[in-house]
Order: sequence, then structure tokens, then C-alpha cells
Amino acid sequence: MDKLWLIIKREYLTRVTRRSFILATLLTPLAFGLFFVVAGLIFQYESDDSRRIAIIDEGDIFDRSIKDEENLYFKFVDTDLETLRQNFDDFDYDGILVVPEVKDVMSTRHTVYYYADKQPTLDIEALIRDRVRGQMRDFKIDALQLDPQQLEALDTRIELEPEPIDDESTDASKLTGAIAAGIGGLMGIIMYIVVFIYGMMVMRSVMEEKTSRIVEVMISSVRPFQLMLGKIVGVGAVGLTQVAIWAILIPIIILVSSLLFGIDSSAQMEMAQQQPGAATLNPEDTEAMVALAIEEFQSLNWWVILPMFIFFFLGGYFLYASLFAAVGSAMGDDLGEGQSLTIPITIPVILAFYIMIVAIQAPNSSLAVWSSIFPLFSPIVMPARLAFSPPFWEVALSVVLLAGTAIFFVWLSGRIYRVGILMYGKKVTLRELGKWMFYKD
Amino acid sequence: MSKPILDIQNIVKTYEKHVAVNDVSFEVPAGSIFGLLGPNGAGKTSLIRIITTITRADKGTVFLDGERLNSRHPEEIGYMPEERGLYRKMKVGEHLTYLARLKGLSATEAKTKISDWMEKFGIQDWWGKKVEELSKGMQQKIQFIATVVHEPKLLILDEPFSGLDPVNTNLIKDEIHSLRDKGMSIIFSTHRMEQVEEICEHIVLINKGENVLEGKVSDVKDRFKQNLYELTYEGELPDGLLEQATVISQQPGRLTVQVAEEAESNALLRAMLDRGIFVKRFQEILPTLNEIFIRQVN
Repeated sequence: MDKLWLIIKREYLTRVTRRSFILATLLTPLAFGLFFVVAGLIFQYESDDSRRIAIIDEGDIFDRSIKDEENLYFKFVDTDLETLRQNFDDFDYDGILVVPEVKDVMSTRHTVYYYADKQPTLDIEALIRDRVRGQMRDFKIDALQLDPQQLEALDTRIELEPEPIDDESTDASKLTGAIAAGIGGLMGIIMYIVVFIYGMMVMRSVMEEKTSRIVEVMISSVRPFQLMLGKIVGVGAVGLTQVAIWAILIPIIILVSSLLFGIDSSAQMEMAQQQPGAATLNPEDTEAMVALAIEEFQSLNWWVILPMFIFFFLGGYFLYASLFAAVGSAMGDDLGEGQSLTIPITIPVILAFYIMIVAIQAPNSSLAVWSSIFPLFSPIVMPARLAFSPPFWEVALSVVLLAGTAIFFVWLSGRIYRVGILMYGKKVTLRELGKWMFYKD
Repeated sequence: MSKPILDIQNIVKTYEKHVAVNDVSFEVPAGSIFGLLGPNGAGKTSLIRIITTITRADKGTVFLDGERLNSRHPEEIGYMPEERGLYRKMKVGEHLTYLARLKGLSATEAKTKISDWMEKFGIQDWWGKKVEELSKGMQQKIQFIATVVHEPKLLILDEPFSGLDPVNTNLIKDEIHSLRDKGMSIIFSTHRMEQVEEICEHIVLINKGENVLEGKVSDVKDRFKQNLYELTYEGELPDGLLEQATVISQQPGRLTVQVAEEAESNALLRAMLDRGIFVKRFQEILPTLNEIFIRQVN
């Protein structure tokens, strides 16, 4: 037991103290923060490109109260178009907007003309169209003698409020779906990344020990299984450490950068909604939604979700890391040949990822249910389903199967590993690996 | 007669269809330097791996110091494989401590013993350096320390001098002798016979997985000697002097003869002296282990 612990400690400490690890662990949250800040700044950025626009309102559509935007100034002029165009350089305008009169009030199209020596940028174009549309609407309401208030009443926003059948079930709100999907997706992605990065780290370590020949010295002191297991646990601990640090640092950095730079998400959403085609949400609605989201988030059953996530994290990691160790032991000095052996391991992981994406949209579909129980997929699919409160028996079954399969694979990989690490120069196929399982000790 | 440090009995080891070790038995006397010899592919490494508990024999038993080989024995054995290897990115001191602790030493014991060894080799400065910063010769010294630091009963060195320059070779050779003098038993495995002659007291010769020859070096040489003698002298050899002997080579002042019986060599010497020839050297030529080796494996 002490020897196993010595190995775990070495595998952990040599990686955690490495400069590349420290940099990656600290820089990634910073990169997140930076991205957040830059994205925020970009959204908030308003072009300092100022434009002065002369408006020739031929049909008298505007009510002259058009507000100037920042950097965009509107001036109503009575000068005729030709004069303006010929003396364009003398005047201090960037563009001339000609709004023809409305021939047919019922027509749903109206063309306005923008004269300028420079193409109007998208944001100016959008702004102008938006303003004109607004003015047209008011003009038509007037012309058709419609009641503005009645028109407002036409548009009803529908809100769906989910209610449970029996009173004991938790009352979900309309955001549950979105929140759960978000969390589920996040957990699935973390699992996917961990399996690939840390699983591959185990494989590379095994290969390095073979190439540098230290492995023979090692197994003259410890059993091969101890070496393999110590490596898997040590590297797993490194992974957990990194994920834990990120889980703490990233939210802190996002929070700090929001406060420091005065960016808040509701302002971002406001900017977003002013883009053409954005859904019309009121700022008040946005804030209410954020508050509801936070409440939803907090009401999720974290006492169950977190331990379960940790369990699936560990189970999935052990299952895949041991397979990577077995494959690593089979690779010789020729790295190219052995690469193909990693394919049977990576395919289930990738499949599981795609299934997870389906599962967060339809968490109770057969595909989601069975994939969250099947041990090769469950480490990625089940955590995604956890936020949707799946039935207890499904989770329990998945846990039992994963635990059993992980233990079995660790044992199986141990048998392959102990033969592979001393085997050099032999061409290794999956069949060969299969034979090694049965070699006598 | 003290019990042998290692008693190999009827070991058989097969890898798929290939019989690597075919019913091999021998004993290694305690406190000796023992040569495990044989050509490449003879089965030496397979045997060594069985002794060091890395692999298990299909049949047969190994006794270490009278005890059946078990999982506690790795701590009493020091093994330096032919293919050397260390963790390149680890620091020397840290690495040696790690290996020492895996052999059962406590952290403090390990550090003390390692410092002593590094001082003995004059390499204390290397404690904080990474292994990859060292030259190959340095790395082998480090690996040697790792092999002996836990004061094992039995030391197994597989081609320990390969890749070493003459200075370091001598250093290690001296260490081997000094360790033997302190009571350690040492198995030295090689296919380089000239190195064996200089160091080993007992040998076993393995070929194609079988024990072909074993015993004390002097006894083995005696067994295979061919009664060859070399003489260097001044003067003219009279005719008829060499009738009884078979002349192997003759040059002015130097003669190599083979006699039918040992005693005849001295008779020849006496005859030469009587005839007034000034003999400068008279020596039996024993076969080298290399010659014995070649004769046996062909």
C-alpha cells in the first residue's frame, strides 16, 4: 500500500509542479475573463464615426421630433435635392436622406433614398430604417385614423408556466429546461475534455516509461498493477485539481471583470436587442429573467447533483484512463503504428458527446435513457441528465453498472499492461492485446 | 559451506512457442562475484527477470538466501537492467529518493545514503539537476547508485559497463569489488568474456536456454586447458629438444608448445636450462573464457 501511495504522490507532484501545468491552470481562467471583457467592450462599443444626415421629407411623414443618436445627427432641410447634391462638399453633411411621399397608405413597402459619397454602414442603415419605420407607423395610424392603444393590445406575449400533476413534484419554472440544458451540457463537456486530456496523459506517461526504459527498473520494485493504478490515480488527481481550480477561479474572474469594467449582462442584452432582427425584450424583462435564472439555479438539487457528478467523473475517468494505459503499454517506440489502437477508445467518447447533445433536448427519450445507463456512454450522458431529475432507479442502475465496469476494465487493463510494458518490437494488434489478457502471471 | 545466496532449481520459461529457459539449475555462492554468461538471446534476461520477480517461471523454484522467492524479496535485490532508463524530467536527488523508498527505505534513510554515495562519486552538485541535463556516463552512475543504495543482499548487473568510458568502468569495477568485500553477492551478466575474467570468481554459461557449463573460473579453465605453454628465451634451441612436444608456434626467442602431460612441460624447461639456454619466461597458457565460450556454443 505504501508503494502505491509513493507512486501516486510522485505522479501527482511531478505534474502539478510543472510550469506548463501552472500556466495552463491559471491562464485559462484569465483567458476566460479577458474574452468576457473584450466581448463586453465590443458590444458596448459605439462607432465614433459621426454622421450628419440631411433629411428631405417630401411626404411630411416625420413629426420633426426624430431624436438624434449619439454620433448621428438628423437635420430637416428645405433645400432641394439637386442643390444639396451639387454643393455636397460645401455642406457639412455626410448623407442626404430623401423620404418620398406616401402614395398608397395601404402599401407595405416604401423606398427611401440615401445620397452619400460613402456607403452607409450597417449600423447607420439599420438605424435609419428603424427610425423611418417608426415614423411611418405613426403616420399611417394617423392617416387611417386608428386608435394607437387598440393596436398595442393586438400583440400579446404568451408565457408558459409549467405545473406538476401531483402536488409533491417540484414545480418547475419556464426556465428549468434552459438552465438544466446549460448545466447538463457543461458537465458533459467537462467529462469529455477530462477523458481526452487526462486519459491521453496517462497513455503518454506509459509510453514514455517504456521508451526511456525506466519501466523495467520500476517493476523490479513494484508490481505492474501498482504502477499502472498509481499513475491513473495520480494523473486523475491532477485533473481534479485543475478542474477544481477552474471551478473556483472562473466565476470569480468573471465577477471581478464585470464589476471592474462596469459591464453587466443586462446591458449586453440591451445592445444585442438593438441589432436588427433581435427579439424585442424589455430591459425590465431581462433583469427579471436573470433573477429567475439565479433562483432556478439555486433551487436545483445540488446535494444530489454534485456527488453524482463527482461519481460519474471518477467512474468515467477510471474506465477510460485504464484503457488508455493498456493501449499505451502496447505501443512500441514507433508512435505511428500504435495510434490506430486509440481509435476504439475514442469512438465511444465522441459518440457519447453527440448523444449528450440530444439528451439535453430530450432527456427522457429512449436514446437518452439507455445511453445514460450504458457504461461507456454514461459518464458523459448521465451527468447531462442529472439536472432534469431523472428517476432514481435509472441513476442507481447507471451507478452500479459504471462502478462494476470501471473496476472490470481497470483489472483487464492491468493484465494487458503487465505484458505490454516489457514487449518491444512486436507488431501489436487488438488480437495481440487480447492474447496478453490470458498470459499467465 | 555456507548456503548459496541464490539456488535456481529446474526453471522453465516459455514465451508462446519459444522456450526461453529450458530446465536451468545452478547455485550462486554467497558473497561472491558470479558471472551469468551467454550469447545474446541465450535466456539470461529471462532468467534475470524471474530472479527479480518481474516475471514468474512456468516451472521450477528459486530460493533467495534459503527462502522461496516471494513479494518481499525485491527489497533485498538490486537490479540494473541492460537497457538503462530514468525519468528524464526528474531531479537527481528526488529521483534517487523515490527509487530508494520504493525499495523500502524511509525518506531520511534514503536521503542520507544517497548523499553518501553521491559524495563518494564526487557528484554531490548533481542533486538538484534534472536527469536529462546529465551525460550518459553520469546517468549510469546515478543508476548504479539507485541499484545499490538500499544495501541489497543480491546485486544483479546486466551489462553494467556497456557505454561507459574506461575511467567510469574502473570506478564501477572498484565499487563492485568493494561491495563484495562488504558481503554483497553480485551477479554480473554479460556476453563480453574479457570483462568476466577480470572480475568473476564463479560462472555459469547459458546457451539456447540451457545450462552448458558452470563452476569456479579457475576450475573451468583447468577443465578446458590444453597443456599449452609459452617460453621466452635467449639462445639457440638445440635439435631434438622439441621431439616430445607439439610446437604450436615458434619465433626466434619465443616458443609455444603443447605437451601430452603437464609434467613434460617441466621436463622441457629443465632440458633447456641444462643446455644453457637463458629462459626469460615460462608460463602455462590457460584458455580464455572467450575461447571456452566459443568452443562450447559451437
